[in-house]
Amino acid sequence: MTNMLQVRDLHVTFVTPDRTVHAVNGVSFDLARGETLGILGESGSGKSVTLRSILRLHPEHRTRWSGSIKLEGDEVLEMGPKALSDLRGQRVSMIFQEPATAFDPVFTIGQQIAETVRRHTGKSETEAMKRAKDLLEMVRIPSPAQRLKAYPHEMSGGMRQRAMIALALSCNPTLLLADEPTTALDATVQIQVLLLVRELQREFNLGVIFVTHDIGVAVEVSDRIGVMYAGKLVEMAPVERMVDAPQHPYSRGLLASTVHDGMRGQRLESIPGAPPDLAEVPSGCSFAPRCKFVRPDCTAAIPSLRDVEAAHAVRCVLAA
Amino acid sequence: MDTLVPIEDRGGPAQPLLLATGLRKHFPVAGGLLGRTTKVVRAVDDLTLSVAKGETLGVVGESGCGKSTVARLLIRLIKPDKGTMVLDGDPVDEPHGITVNELRRQVQMVFQDSYASLNPRLTIAETLAFAPRAHGLPAAEARERVRDLLSKVGLDPANYATRYPHELSGGQRQRVNIARALALRPRLIILDEAVSALDKSVEAQVLNMLVDLKTELDLTYVFISHDLNVVQYLSDRVLVMYLGKIVELGPVEAIYGNPQHPYTRALLSARPSMDPRKRTREAPIQGDPPNPIDPPSGCRFRTRCPFAEEVCARTEPLLADTGHQAVACHMRVAGSGHSKAMAA
Repeated sequence: MTNMLQVRDLHVTFVTPDRTVHAVNGVSFDLARGETLGILGESGSGKSVTLRSILRLHPEHRTRWSGSIKLEGDEVLEMGPKALSDLRGQRVSMIFQEPATAFDPVFTIGQQIAETVRRHTGKSETEAMKRAKDLLEMVRIPSPAQRLKAYPHEMSGGMRQRAMIALALSCNPTLLLADEPTTALDATVQIQVLLLVRELQREFNLGVIFVTHDIGVAVEVSDRIGVMYAGKLVEMAPVERMVDAPQHPYSRGLLASTVHDGMRGQRLESIPGAPPDLAEVPSGCSFAPRCKFVRPDCTAAIPSLRDVEAAHAVRCVLAA
Repeated sequence: MDTLVPIEDRGGPAQPLLLATGLRKHFPVAGGLLGRTTKVVRAVDDLTLSVAKGETLGVVGESGCGKSTVARLLIRLIKPDKGTMVLDGDPVDEPHGITVNELRRQVQMVFQDSYASLNPRLTIAETLAFAPRAHGLPAAEARERVRDLLSKVGLDPANYATRYPHELSGGQRQRVNIARALALRPRLIILDEAVSALDKSVEAQVLNMLVDLKTELDLTYVFISHDLNVVQYLSDRVLVMYLGKIVELGPVEAIYGNPQHPYTRALLSARPSMDPRKRTREAPIQGDPPNPIDPPSGCRFRTRCPFAEEVCARTEPLLADTGHQAVACHMRVAGSGHSKAMAA
């Protein structure tokens, strides 16, 4: 497999007159065509910021970045406006948590999908509408011809999320970015959407980066899982390995504190404290203040992300 | 009268702490010409439930099933259209019973949004002292109470009492909300998605704390959540709702171990697998929950149910005891007319 996406030492800092937030502090990873990478993390871990950086969706005048994001050889961080707008929605597209706000409420679903198709492929209006109908059919929306004429508010949450997936795939992207797309959905609908993403990923051999805070969701869709904490990847491993033998104390704590079947009556293992404030650049391991295995060298320098075995990397001084 | 001594148990352990009978709440939807009410959202329809002393009753269901309306009805944030409530033998809001204010002294609630449920202009100490002061506790004693409450929820009083809500993290704010709910020494706490907005590592801390507080203060919980795993962890009995109706109710072991209603089964098997070698292959049911404005006739689940038959559209299944749990499904009632039901 060849790597379609290479992210190297990505730093993203948001600067406003009042404060500075170091949201992403040195993230590196690769993604192969046809691979699904799950990025797992809690709020403020930098998972969504990392994802949005791939499309450069942050406000330009308040964002400082460094590092490199290479998509099929092209450097995203150096793209001009024209190249960026060709990138967005065509080569790379994204689905969001809240489809109700991602769609424009005053245009029909059909118009919005057709607009994207026309912008990127130059098809005629009739052809674009035909493509929109095929797309709705592909994401299994019942009676697609009628749904083309529906406004976003006329659809249920699950239906809107399917329509957003149709929109995202309208120009045959090679990379799909998913930012918690099932978090706002009901349980019985969430699993339908997860299965749909998995199926379309296989059918079109897409690279997918799926950001979520829900371990169960990450396990359902991912080939590899990366765990983020305080703007850094602390562990990256194939999904089986991550579930069976997580190495970083944070990944272990996260898995142990997630309630699942058969834990009734047991005391939950919890991680004390709360994630750090990102106003300052960390000088050591960011997890050290909450870690029960902390030792002096944890805070002396930032631990590097080291391979503990093939395809399994851990950012911890204790990892062997 | 010092209203803030713990309330004595009255009816003994066998008497339910809270008994709600035939609760109904329909919300009118303005529409049509001149904004006349043309439709109603049938949020909760003839719901009967009891909460035993010292138990945790879990309430699960998807959005629009009425679980939050149930919470608000139980504490009378909204007035039911129909139905009665009895708190440990005392009818609520009736001539010979207790007033709504007395109900709220004994029943408290914690909401999902920890920030929206705190007054941003009050310090944590002011927030926590508010209700005790309103109930006539002298200022010095109220200060003592605040310290006590903060330590109970694991926040150092010296560090947190003078802070404002925006200076706390989500987990800390939710601890404050729980402390506030405890301030009047209630007997029943309704937790409406109280841990749903928290990160997993913080959620575990709060869940552990809820378990400890329950034992320490002899509390009873109604725990409402869309997270089936958390409900299983905490609850003694579980109530499953669908479009304003109870579809199944029983001990947690029965509901999770041997679910009877097709909806409960679908809900349970829709949980993401935690094992990458046993991924979900097929969604248990298709489509979204229907709009509660015009719920289907008969059984409200029939439009998504793989076993729906003609009888399901015609008659509404009643909640019937099956030995371990109560189920509202024609397949479980002998002689109901469903082909999968036993003959009468």
